[in-house]
Amino acid sequence: MEEDLKIGVYLCHCGVNIAGVIDMDELEEFTKTLPNVNLVRQYKFMCSDTGQSMIKDDIKEGLVNRVVVAACSPRMHEPTFRRAIESAGMNKFLFSQANIREHSSWISMKDKEGASRIAKDHIRMQVAKVSKLESLQPQKVKVTPNALVIGGGIAGINAALDLAEQNFHVYLVEKTATIGGHMAQLDKTFPTMDCSACILTPKMVDVNQHENITLMAYSEVDNVEGYVGNFKVTVRQKARYVDTEKCTGCGNCAEECPVTVPNEFDLGLSLRKAAYLPFPQAVPGYYTIDMDHCIKCGICADPSVCEPDAIRYDDKDKFVKLDIGTIIVATGFDPFDPTALKEYGYEKYDNVITSMQMERLLSSYGPTLGKPVRPSDLTAPHSIAFIQCVGSRDFHPGRGHKYCSRVCCMYAMKQARQYMEKHPDAKIYIFYMDIRAFGKGYEEFYEIASREYGIMFIRGRLSEVYEDPKDKGIWLRGEDTLLQVPVEIKVDMVVLSVGIEARDDSDKIASLLSIQKTEDGFFMEAHPKLRPVDTLTDGIFIAGVSQGPKDIPDAVAQAKGAASSAAALMAKGEVEIEPYFAVIDEAICTGCKACNSMCPFGAITFDKISGISVINPAKCKGCGTCVAACPFGAIAQNHFKEEQLDVIIRSVLKEGGVY
Amino acid sequence: MAKAEKKTETKHELEPPKEWKPFIFGIFCNWCSFAGADQAGTSRMQRPADLRIMRVMCSGRVEAHWILEALKEGADAVLICGCHLGDCHYVEGNYKTARRMPLLFRMIEQFGINPKRVRFEFISASEGAELTELIKEYSEEIKKIGPGPFNKYFKK
Repeated sequence: MEEDLKIGVYLCHCGVNIAGVIDMDELEEFTKTLPNVNLVRQYKFMCSDTGQSMIKDDIKEGLVNRVVVAACSPRMHEPTFRRAIESAGMNKFLFSQANIREHSSWISMKDKEGASRIAKDHIRMQVAKVSKLESLQPQKVKVTPNALVIGGGIAGINAALDLAEQNFHVYLVEKTATIGGHMAQLDKTFPTMDCSACILTPKMVDVNQHENITLMAYSEVDNVEGYVGNFKVTVRQKARYVDTEKCTGCGNCAEECPVTVPNEFDLGLSLRKAAYLPFPQAVPGYYTIDMDHCIKCGICADPSVCEPDAIRYDDKDKFVKLDIGTIIVATGFDPFDPTALKEYGYEKYDNVITSMQMERLLSSYGPTLGKPVRPSDLTAPHSIAFIQCVGSRDFHPGRGHKYCSRVCCMYAMKQARQYMEKHPDAKIYIFYMDIRAFGKGYEEFYEIASREYGIMFIRGRLSEVYEDPKDKGIWLRGEDTLLQVPVEIKVDMVVLSVGIEARDDSDKIASLLSIQKTEDGFFMEAHPKLRPVDTLTDGIFIAGVSQGPKDIPDAVAQAKGAASSAAALMAKGEVEIEPYFAVIDEAICTGCKACNSMCPFGAITFDKISGISVINPAKCKGCGTCVAACPFGAIAQNHFKEEQLDVIIRSVLKEGGVY
Repeated sequence: MAKAEKKTETKHELEPPKEWKPFIFGIFCNWCSFAGADQAGTSRMQRPADLRIMRVMCSGRVEAHWILEALKEGADAVLICGCHLGDCHYVEGNYKTARRMPLLFRMIEQFGINPKRVRFEFISASEGAELTELIKEYSEEIKKIGPGPFNKYFKK
C-alpha cells in the first residue's frame, strides 16, 4: 500500500493573500521533501477552472492518487476540490486541505517567517493525514418535502408562500397570536410610502388560505431532532382558551371582558381586553384569552356572549410532531429598549416616545387613528425632535450595540415627512450622526425631506434632554458639530429612533437548532458573501432581520433566497451526507457499554445476543465522542480514525522535531 | 520517481529556529472553534504565529493520549477548543470533553508536567477576536513557563 502512494500537493497563491506573505518557492522546495509526495505545483488560484484542471489532469495521467491542496480553509473550498477530484475519477475522500490562509498568512501578515512556519506545519500535517485516508462512499438520505418556517413576519410569510407555490408543504410557526410581525405595526413604508397594511395583509390572507401551508400561530418550536432532510420537530401549540374550530371572530368576548391591560401591539399606547385580537386584520382571526390577566369571571363563556360556545378555560398546550425536510429561521428582531439610556429621559418624561410608538400614533388603525398627539396633554405637537442612533453605533458598554441598525435614518425621515404632510407648519428636527440613505430611492427621499419639506437636520449627539415642568415641553442641549456651535432647542415631543437588536429568545432558538450566532447576537450565515442564507447546519436556512438588521426589501429578498435554497434541497429529494459515522470492531468490543451513554443520538445499542455494542450508521452523526470513550480502541470513526489523526501529531512533532 | 528514492520516513529539511517561540498544538472542533479561527483570519486579526491547528469534527473526539503524545514529542502547549456549552453541533460532545479534562490535568501533573501547558477553551464560530486574545495571552504565559519538558531543541 505504502509503495503506491503518490501524493500531489497543490499550493495556492490566492492572489497575494498567501503569496504576499509566504515565499511560495521556498514552500514548494520544502513540500518536495515530505514523504510520498510525488509532485508539487503552485498556481495563482487553485479554486479557479485552470487550477482545478491542473489537479484533474494529474489524476487522469496517473501522476497522483492522493491530493493535498494548501490554500484557504477547508470550510471554504473542500467541497469544490472534492468535486474536481471526483470528476477525474478518484475517490473524493482521498483529499485533504491544508489551511495556509486563515490560520497562517492572514493572522501573521508582518511575521512572514512565522506564517511560513505554520504553513509548512499545516502542509506536513495534511500530507501525513492524506497518506492514511481511505476511500469512502457518501451516504444518500431522502429529504422530506416539508418545510418548517419559524417566524411569521414579512420574511417568514414570503418564504412560506414561495415554498408553498412550489408544491412543498410548509408549516409556518408563529410565536404570537397573529402573523404579520413588526411590519403589521408600521403605517407606511419608505421610500415609496406604500401603506404597510395594504401590501402586507393580502399576503397574510394568502398564507392562511394556501392549501400547502399549515399555519401554526400562537405556537413555539419545542424540540428539534434529526438531520438534514429528516428533522423531527415538536411544536407546542399554546393554549388559546378559545376553540379555534368554533370561534367566528365576532369579538363579543372582548367587548364584554371586564379586564383591561396595555396593548402590546400599540406598545402600551392603548388598552386591550384579556380576551383579545391583536389588531383587526390579524391572521388567523381567532380571539385569544390572555390567562396572565384573565380573572375567569365566566362572562365570555356565557352562551349569550359566545354563541358558538368557543370559550375553553381548561384548554391545554398541545404538542404536535412534524416530519420536516428543511427549516427556515425568520424570527425577526426586538426594538432596542432605551430605558437604560437615562439622558434621553424615556419613561421619565411623558413626551419622550420611541419610534415604534410614533409609528403606531401615525397609523390609521392606531390608538389615535393616525393623528399623533403628545402623551402629556393629547394635543398635536407643533415641534418634534427625532434623536437618531439610540442603541446603535455606540461602542460604550451597556449603551446598546456597535452596529448600525440600517433602518432608523429612513424611518425617522419617513415619520417626519408623514407628520409634516398633516401639519405643514410643524417644526421637525432630526439629530443625527450620519444620514445613511443607501437603498434604491433612499437618497432621493432624503433630498426631498430636507429641501421640500424643510426638515432640519442637525449633526450631533445630544448631551442632555430635560423637561420644562410648566408645559411638559422638552429642552434639548447638544452641539451642532457641522457649525461647531452649541444648540439649545425646546420641542413639544421627542421621538427616539431606536435601533434593532436580536430577539431575547434567540439564544434558545440557536441552541434548539444547533446554529451559531455572530458577536452582535444575530444568527450567523455560513459565509458572509457567498452563503448568506445558509447556516453551518445543513438544511437550516436563515432569513430576514434574524440574520442582521435590514429593511423590508432586503428581508423579503433574503427570504426568497432562503426559500430557493430550501426548495433546491427538497426538489432533488435526496442529499449526500458525509460518511463520517463510527463503526465498532466486533472482535475488539468487550461489551462494557462505556460508549452507550455517550451517544446523544441514540445510535449505539447493546446487542444482548452477541454481547457487544452496535452503532446504527443512519443515526450516527459522526462526532466521534464514543471513539474517545472506548477504553479498548474498538470504535473507529470514518475519515477520523486513530491512525489518521495520530499521524498528524507525529508528523508535525516527532521525526524532524518541532519546526 | 524511482522506488529507491522514495521517502517513506519523514526527513524534513527544516532548520531549527534560532530562538525559541512557543509551539502550541491546537485541536479544534469543526463547527465552532475551527470556524472561529477562520473568522479571525478573514478579519485579519493578527496574533503570534505560534498555533498549529488540527481539525476534528467535535471536541468530544479528542483522545487524552493525543495530548500526552503531543507533549511527549516536544510541543510546548496543547490547546483544545470546542463550542460553548449548550452550543455543541452534536448536542453534548463538549460536555464529555469538559468532563474528561480535569482527569487529564491531574494525570499531567502526576507526570511532572506543568498543567498550564494544556488548556481547554470554548471558542464559538464568531469569536475570532476572543481566539486572537486567547493566543496572545496563552503565548505569553507559555513564554514565561519556558519550553516544554520534551522540546528537542530548547531546554528550560
